[in-house]
Order: sequence, then C-alpha cells, then structure tokens
Amino acid sequence: MADTTPAVEMKGITRAFPGVLANDNVDFDLQTGEIHALLGENGAGKSTLMNILTGLYRPDQGEIRVRGERVHFNSPKDAIRVGIGMVHQHFMLVPSHTVTENILLGLEHPRFFMRLPEFDKEIMGLEQRFGLKVDPRAKIWQLSVGEQQRVEILKMLYRGADILIMDEPTAVLAPVEIGDLVKTLRAMVGEGKSVVFISHKLHEVMEVADRVTVLRRGKVTAAGVPTADMTQAELARLMVGRTVLFSLDKKPQPPGDVVLEVEDIHADNNRQLPALRGVSLTVRAGEIVGLAAVAGNGQSELAEVITGLRASTQGRVLVDGEEVNNRSTRVAIEAGVAHIPEDRNHVGTSPNLSVTENLIMKSYRHPPVARGWALSYVAARDRAQTLKQEYDIMVPDVRMPVRLLSGGNVQRTILAREISEQPNLMIAVQPTRGLDVGAIEGVRRLLLEQRENGAAILLISEELEELISLSDRIYVLYEGEVMGEVLDGDIDAIGQMMTGTRQEDLTTREGS
Amino acid sequence: MTTPDISAPRRGFRLPYTLRLEQRTKVSGWLPIVTSIGAVIVALIIGAIILWAAGGNPIRSYRHIVQAAFGNVGVFNDTLVKASPLIFTGLACAIAFRMRLWNIGAEGQLYLGAWGASAIVLLPILPETTPGWIMIPAMMLAGFTAGALWGLIPGYLKAKLNVNEIITTLMLNYIAVSWNNYWIFSHWSESGFQMSPTFSKNAWLPRLADFAKQVPFFSGLTLHLGIVFALAAVVIVWLILYRSRWGYEIRLIGDNPNAAKYAGIRIVRTTVLVMMLSGGLAGLAGMTEISGVVHRFQEQISADFGFTGIIIAWLAKLNPFAVVLVSILFGGLILAGREIQPAGIPLMLQGIILFSIISSEMLVRYRVTIRRQEA
Amino acid sequence: MNLITILQAGVATGTVLFFATLGELFTERAGVLNLGVEGMMLLGAMSGFSIAVSTGDPWLGLLIAMLAGGVLSLFHAVVTITFRADQVVSGLSLTFLGTGLSLVLGEGLSDASIQALLPAFDIPVLSAIPVIGPIFFVDQSIMTYLAYLLIPLAWFYINRTRPGLHLRAVGEYPAAADALGVNVFRLRYLYVIVGGMLCGLAGASLSLAISPGWFSEKTTSGLGWIAIGLVIFAQWDPIRASLGSFLFGGLRRLILDLQGPQRLLFFANPFFYQPHLGFFLQMVPYAFTIVVLVIGSREALRKRLGTPAALGLPYIRGERGA
Repeated sequence: MADTTPAVEMKGITRAFPGVLANDNVDFDLQTGEIHALLGENGAGKSTLMNILTGLYRPDQGEIRVRGERVHFNSPKDAIRVGIGMVHQHFMLVPSHTVTENILLGLEHPRFFMRLPEFDKEIMGLEQRFGLKVDPRAKIWQLSVGEQQRVEILKMLYRGADILIMDEPTAVLAPVEIGDLVKTLRAMVGEGKSVVFISHKLHEVMEVADRVTVLRRGKVTAAGVPTADMTQAELARLMVGRTVLFSLDKKPQPPGDVVLEVEDIHADNNRQLPALRGVSLTVRAGEIVGLAAVAGNGQSELAEVITGLRASTQGRVLVDGEEVNNRSTRVAIEAGVAHIPEDRNHVGTSPNLSVTENLIMKSYRHPPVARGWALSYVAARDRAQTLKQEYDIMVPDVRMPVRLLSGGNVQRTILAREISEQPNLMIAVQPTRGLDVGAIEGVRRLLLEQRENGAAILLISEELEELISLSDRIYVLYEGEVMGEVLDGDIDAIGQMMTGTRQEDLTTREGS
Repeated sequence: MTTPDISAPRRGFRLPYTLRLEQRTKVSGWLPIVTSIGAVIVALIIGAIILWAAGGNPIRSYRHIVQAAFGNVGVFNDTLVKASPLIFTGLACAIAFRMRLWNIGAEGQLYLGAWGASAIVLLPILPETTPGWIMIPAMMLAGFTAGALWGLIPGYLKAKLNVNEIITTLMLNYIAVSWNNYWIFSHWSESGFQMSPTFSKNAWLPRLADFAKQVPFFSGLTLHLGIVFALAAVVIVWLILYRSRWGYEIRLIGDNPNAAKYAGIRIVRTTVLVMMLSGGLAGLAGMTEISGVVHRFQEQISADFGFTGIIIAWLAKLNPFAVVLVSILFGGLILAGREIQPAGIPLMLQGIILFSIISSEMLVRYRVTIRRQEA
Repeated sequence: MNLITILQAGVATGTVLFFATLGELFTERAGVLNLGVEGMMLLGAMSGFSIAVSTGDPWLGLLIAMLAGGVLSLFHAVVTITFRADQVVSGLSLTFLGTGLSLVLGEGLSDASIQALLPAFDIPVLSAIPVIGPIFFVDQSIMTYLAYLLIPLAWFYINRTRPGLHLRAVGEYPAAADALGVNVFRLRYLYVIVGGMLCGLAGASLSLAISPGWFSEKTTSGLGWIAIGLVIFAQWDPIRASLGSFLFGGLRRLILDLQGPQRLLFFANPFFYQPHLGFFLQMVPYAFTIVVLVIGSREALRKRLGTPAALGLPYIRGERGA
C-alpha cells in the first residue's frame, strides 16, 4: 500500500490499577488494511490497552497517534469520532431495545425525532454490503449470540468506524459462525478497514491474523510480528513465558457405580423459553464426564437443574438413586452434590462476608460449625485456617472480605469449600475461566484428584482442549439436546455435533 | 477493574479537576467511627446555617437542645424514656435492613403493637384483676404478635410476589393509624374522648418512681421496665445476627441472595420471618409506650418513633449495640424538639444527618483523589 | 351528592398525582430510584405558596416551587450518582429533609391567606361533551390542562425521540450507553433534577390551585408515596401513569365524599349513620395502592416488561453487566 502511515500507533502506554501494572510501557501499531492479532493470557493487559485506545480509560503515560495525528481521548465518543470502534466480548446492547435503536444509540444524527422505518432501511443496506444478516426491527433479547455480535459490528460500521477492535469475538461462536465472521472481517479489510483481533487462542490467531503482538503481564513480548514467521509453539512461549507442557497425570481407572442419572430433563431458561429438551446422561463414580457446547445451548441450565437452582418441567435427576430435581438446593447439597458455579463473584461467593464465612456456606448446618441453633465461630475459623493452608488461599487474614481477593484465590476458596465436603458428585462449570496459568493447573489437578478419590464429576467447559484432556467421556449439547457421546476425544466429531449435527448423521472421515 | 473515573461533564463547561474514586483495599478500624462522628458534626453545622438563614439563632437552639435533653437527672430520665421505643424500632429496622428488606413500616407496626397490647386489657382478653406478672407478659406477647402480623403482610407479598416492600409497609402505616382510630372512637372511647380509660395498675410496667420508698433518689423518675426489655432485645438480636445459624443466613441473603440460594437457604421463608421479627420488635415499642408511659390506648402514641428508627439503624451501621447509643442521642433530640420552635427542626436535622452519614460512607469505601485534568 | 362534581374534583387531585408520578417516572427511567417524592412535593407546595403570598404572583411561586424541588433532588443526585450511596436510604433521607425543611421554613405560613391563585377555566367546545366535558373540561385549573398536554408529549419524548432513546438506554444498560459516548452521569443528574422539578410542580399545583393553602405535612398527606406506587402500576409508561393518577384521584375524592349523604342510591348510607366506619373508608386508597402493586408486579412477572433493568444500581465505569 502506498500510504505507510499506520492507522494506529500507541507508544509507551502505561496504566496502573491498584496493585497491578496493567500496561507497562506498551508499544502497538496497526497498519491500514490488516488484521492484527493481540495475543495474551487473561489478565495480560490486552483489554486495558484496547480500552485505552477506545477512550474508556485514560493512560497514565504514553501517546496515541491515529493516522499520524496525536489524539487525546476523554471518552469512547472521542475515539468513535476518529473512526475507532470496539466490539466487546460482553455485548453492550440494550436487551429491550430493537436492533436499529441500539445502532442509533449515542449518535447525534437524528437531532430529535426518530423515524425508525427510514433507519431500518439504511441498516439493511449496510448489512448487505458486509454480509451481516439480522432483522433491524427485532429486539435484542430475541436474537442469538451470533446475531447480537453482528449488531455490535453494524453499530461500529454505521458510525463509519474503519478501525475495528474485536475482543475475543470467537469465544461465544459456533465453528460455522466463526467462518462467517472471518468472511465479514476479510470483506472489511478488503475495503481498506483495519481490524484488531484480541484472542488467547493460538490456532485462531495463526489462521485469521496478518501480524501479531503478544502481551505478557502488561509487557510486550512480541511486537507486530507477521504470523507467517511464527509457529504456534513460539507464540505459546511468548505468551506464557515458559514452555508449558500440558502433561496431566491422568491414570486410567475403571468407573464405578452410576452416581448421577439425568433422565429426559426439560427446563426453561430465564426468558421462559425451553432451554433443555429431553437431556439424558449418566456419570459414574471415579470418572470425569465432559459436556461440550457453545455458550447458551443449555449447559448452564442443566447444571442449575442438577444442583436444584432451577426447576425442571419434565424428567428426573437421580443422585445415588435419590430424586433431587424440583426439590431444593438443600436436598442436592445433602445428597452430596458439590457445585463450582459459572459465576464466581455473583453466585459462588458473598463479596462482603469474610473468607471464613464464605468457607462455611455448605457446612454451617452440621457440627462442628453448627452447635444447635448457634454457630461456632471458633470451629469455623479453625476450619478456615485449615482450608487456607491446604488449598493455598493467599489471604493474610481469613477475616478479610472475599471481595478483596484475586480471581484465582476466589476460585480456590470455592474449590476448598466444595471439595472439603467430600462430594459424591461434583458439577464444575467453567472452573478455569479467567484464571492465570498456574491457577488453571492447580484447578485441573484438584479435579483429577477428586476423580481418583472416586467422585463423579460433570465438567462443563468451553475450552475444548481442557475438556478433551480431562474427560473420560464427552457429551455434546446443542440447543438443549444431547447430540451424541464421544469416548475418544475426537475433536472433529465434537465440533460437528456442537453445531447441530447428530452423532448418527456425522460424516465419517477416515483416521479420526 | 475497580478504578472508574467520574468524569466531569464534557461539553459545555468542563471542570479543571476530576474526582477519582478508588476502592480501598484495606479499611482501618478507626476510619468508619471517625467519619461517622465527622458526618454528624458536619450535619449540625449545615443545620445551623439553615437555622441562621431562616432567621433563628442556631447556637441558642443547639444549647437548648442539649440542656433540654441531658441537662439534669430529670430530663435525662425523660430522654431515656424516649430512647426505649427508639431502641426497639431501631433494632426492627436494623435486622430488616441487614437483609436488604426496606421495612419503613415500623411506625404502623408500632401502632398495631400498641393496639394488640391494649386489646388484652380493653377487649378484654384477660380480666381486670389479672395479676401483673401474667398481664404484662400477655400484653407483650400480644403486642409482638400484632406487630409481627403487620410485618407478615409486606413480608409475604415481597417473598412470594416480589411486591416492593417499601410502598406496602408505608401504606400499611396509614392503614394502621385508621385502624387504631376506629377502635379509639368506636369501642374504647372513654365518654367520647379520643382515648381509652386509664388501665388498672396491674397493666403498668414498673417505674423507678415506684421504688421511691426504698431509694429516695428514684422519686419522680418515670423510667420504666421497658428499657430493660429493650436492652435485652439488643442482646438477643445481636446473638441472632452474629452467633446463630439463622443470623448467618440473614447476612448471607443480605449480601448476596444468589449465593444464599446456591447455599441452599430458603429465602422466601427467611424473608417472611425477618419481616415478622422486625414487625414484632416495632410492636414491642408500641406495647412499652402503652404500658410504660401513657397507660391507656390513645391516638398520639408515637413521636415518629417508627421513622426515626430507620435513621437510627443506619446511623448505627446496623449494629445492635450502636443502636442503643444512637437511640439515646435521638431520644434527646425528640425531647428537645417539643421545646424548640419551629417544630420541624429535629426532622430536618435527622434528614441532614442521614445524608451526611451516607455521603461519608463513600470516604470509608473509596479513596478519593482529586486530579488536575490534563488539557 | 353529585357524582360528576366528585369526579371533577378527582381529576384535580389526579393532576397533582400525575405530575409527581411523571417526575418519578423520568427519574426511574434513567435508572435512579428517588423515594423523596413526598419531601420534594412538600417543599414545592410550601415554597410556591410562600412566594405567591409574599409577591402576589402565583406564576413566580410555581417557578420557585419547581426550582426548590429541583435543588432538593440535586442532593439525591450527588449522593447516589457521584457518591454511589444506597438509593433507598438517600431517598428516605430526602423525605425527612424535605419535610423538615418545609416545616421550618413554612412556620406561620398556615395562617396566611391568598388571593392570587392559578387560574381555572372551561375549555370551549370540549366542555359541551356530555359527562366527559363537565368532568374533564369545566372549571379545571390550568395545571390540569397542562397535565393533559404532557401525557402525549411525555410518551412521544420517551419513545420516539433521540433524547428519549438515550434516557431509556441509561436506565436499561448504562454501560452500553457509556460505551457509545452517552454521558450516563450527566443524563442521570438531568433526569433526577427533572423529576424533582416535576414533584415541586406537583406540590405547587396543590397549594396554589387544587387545594390552596399550607397545612404543614397534611398538605400532601401521603400523595407522594402513592405516586411512587403508581409508577410501578404504570409500568413506567406515561399514558398508563395518567390513567392511574386520574383513577386514583377520583377514588380518593369519592371516598372523602361518601360520608356526606344520608342515602346511597336506594340504601341507607352506613357511613352516615355510623361515622366510625369512615375510618375504614380512609384506609381504602392505601389498601388500593397495595392491591394495585400486587396486580402490577404479577403483570410485570408475566410480561417481563417494565422495570428499567439498572434501576437502583449505581453506575461504575469499568464494571460490566450493569
């Protein structure tokens, strides 16, 4: 390209949060017409850097140039004005508004009156240009996750953004949808737009991006290297800082008796729409059973039905032969069901209560913590001290409120609580999401330990590699139905089933 | 990510400084106390400015308040008499607020408690000659039950139908006043007056003055047994909240209902029970006023004790023992309020104090820095 | 007893309720719960009346009342939006503060008499419609006619204009609005103050038009709290808010006047012969509010609509999901 002025140039960006240096003297440049991947682990500072570029945060130090000109952003509006738009990982869409209303939000363009039908038409035109199909009059809550992502992209395109930042865009998509997204991104780059593609998945970065910048603990470890010059292994080392050999010590062991039996379970989601349509599965003692599914296909609801948090409309759940569904959470707890919930901070812990009080959430009804109607705080503190040692919870004082703990320590607190109850059955939902590498290893080792101790484990995760390396068997869920069961970790079969192909209809390939 | 900026308005005018709040990672023990005291002082200063602007003499007003409330044994006795119902209503609000149940119906629950206690004597449920040791507990039980039932209604509606308890408890306050008036005027009126006949002595709570023969110092002191009951209630509520399994459940629900549900706690049941306990405590305030102070059923039984309980609970940071101290302070304020004009001063001061208290909480939770905005 | 006269008076009371309900509706649509309606109405009633008495100009009184309501609500805005304090507690404090302030500043005002009230008049043509005309368009205060105008305007503003879109977004998903450059803090301040001004207006239309005078805290006698209940009943919709307000106003007047006549239709009026039963009549509006709330919350559960999703939550930049 003739014009070599980079679309974006960030120099010496530094931003600190209390206790963390999120960005430490970071340089980053984006050329016009390229897809540039920003790679790094969770917490490496990718989001902070991009939030600075979109004006959500202000840098403590450093300068930003857009098309050669120095800029100071005070708000996202300023960034949008020079054509920088971001599609967040968690969509920023107002659920009760229509697609068009969401796209128009924040614009100054209709000064007062809004004639929505006219804008609907305009947006349809934009959709056709970039191959993004979605009904402009639909309300956001009626749309699938993939469609919502298209709305986010449309929002930026409608604002004339030519620098688009995609924050982990594939995390919520099925493989087919990922293909569509890549096509859209290519179409945009073809029109001279530039894309920053944030990810922590190596193979995606290799496939999609032209160049890659790697961040580790707030520092750049590779600056704008063409992906063609790199191997996945090299990228992995730059990202993690040491060669992580993922060798889990998983001993073969014969499974025991059936602990969990799910029979033809039906349940509704929060919008009163069917989320589970006749799911049946079993988990035996001493085995880890994986549940693979793209987000929003009923796996969260299934975990909630088994743990008594959600009502089922049909079918039964048996734990050691006892029916637990539609009774209460307490029945499930007493039946020996442990639950590592998806949302650590809003479900798994109580932020303003102390670490001790969070550690006794499941055990306070029984001695020694319970003493009749009273609670023995001496026993509770003893228990907390023991668990703190055993599970390596980094906290100076167990009387401190949990909200002051880091993500990894919050998860360790939950694990300590759930495992110390010596459960028959453990439901683990996204147990490693958002943790750093060390913490992830610890969590995985604990799960395997539980397996050896004879617990039945249902592992729900969106990380396919994690599922395959930990699980003895894997069920695949799609739109609330079990598509099939995989015994040998056939990633290709899992991928096809995750997008709605039933096991019996799989196109068999040789050597799978 | 807990470091938001509170940015100044961007277009039009822009402040040269931005206020930045950062969550404190450590809270030292003395900070909340210092800010609370500071907040009250600031509130008193603001109140003084308003009084001065309205043409009053704030210093004289304040001195008047202090003298009228704590000046000598006699008035301090009166302050403690006012404090006892406040301790009950303050506790009632504290335990409900702990679970984030906004019971602002302590006033109505107090009225119903007074009605329930009076019903024992006036309906009558027990004969006039019942000995005091049966009569008083019966009245307490009736007062507690009536208040608890008045709390049951909003509690049930909240728990089962998710009906906003703020509005229902408030509406029930108005209904309670009409309910009491109906009984005063239609059934229990003494020859057409707006009050019942005076109860017989066995329905009175013992007062210090009753023992003036043994201890001459007690002569003329009207402090009654109700304050002992109130202090006992403080200890019981503290034990419930901080030493019982149920209290742990209440605090867990209050902090994070999702986590409580996840821990297998029955939220609906606890919600109803806490509202009943809250109503019952407020009901006891009504009972002790009837049996310890006015000794009959009448229209005016509460100097906004129920509403003041809200402020007391908040000022005490929902701590039962702190409720006692704050109640004595506010008992004095109410007592003085009857003396100073205009009558709205205590109410206004309460509003200002509450405002400055909740503003000061920000100082405890966040570290506030003011930064100059770069051009 | 003339039913039409009663309903006419009910429309007048409904006007007051409507202004207050609409004010709270705007505030809540922006995601802020302000329970201080009663306090702001009292301050508005007192300051409006006080200014009108001393200057003889009711319009100036109206203006000052709106200012007073707005200034008072500013306290709530600072404490809840900037300091992120609990909105419930702050709203309650505002009630105390507003009530106390109006009692202190309104000292001695209850003896004042006033000649200069806001005008009341008939609307030509419309007043000739049978039944509807006399109830809605005969001898109503100018404030009532203003309320009629505000109903469609408010609906249109919220649902069909750009600022309305921003208002709704700020109450539903402030982070999304913020990401697109909508100034959440500024809009929340704005609508808290707008709400306060409308509550001040409600108070002044009471003391300067509908039931002239200053009767200390009895001036509003709980209307502000009923307005908060009506917002829920109205499902945050201005048209439903107006229906609720006028319905409620009518009911309230009906109850007040029910004790007058000796006969009700063909029966002896029990409230005339046994005046004590009147206390139960007094309970009806409050009990009715509770019933309305129960119905409202059931409907909201069923239709999954109404409540602004971010109502009651402080907005903190950088925290997702709220």
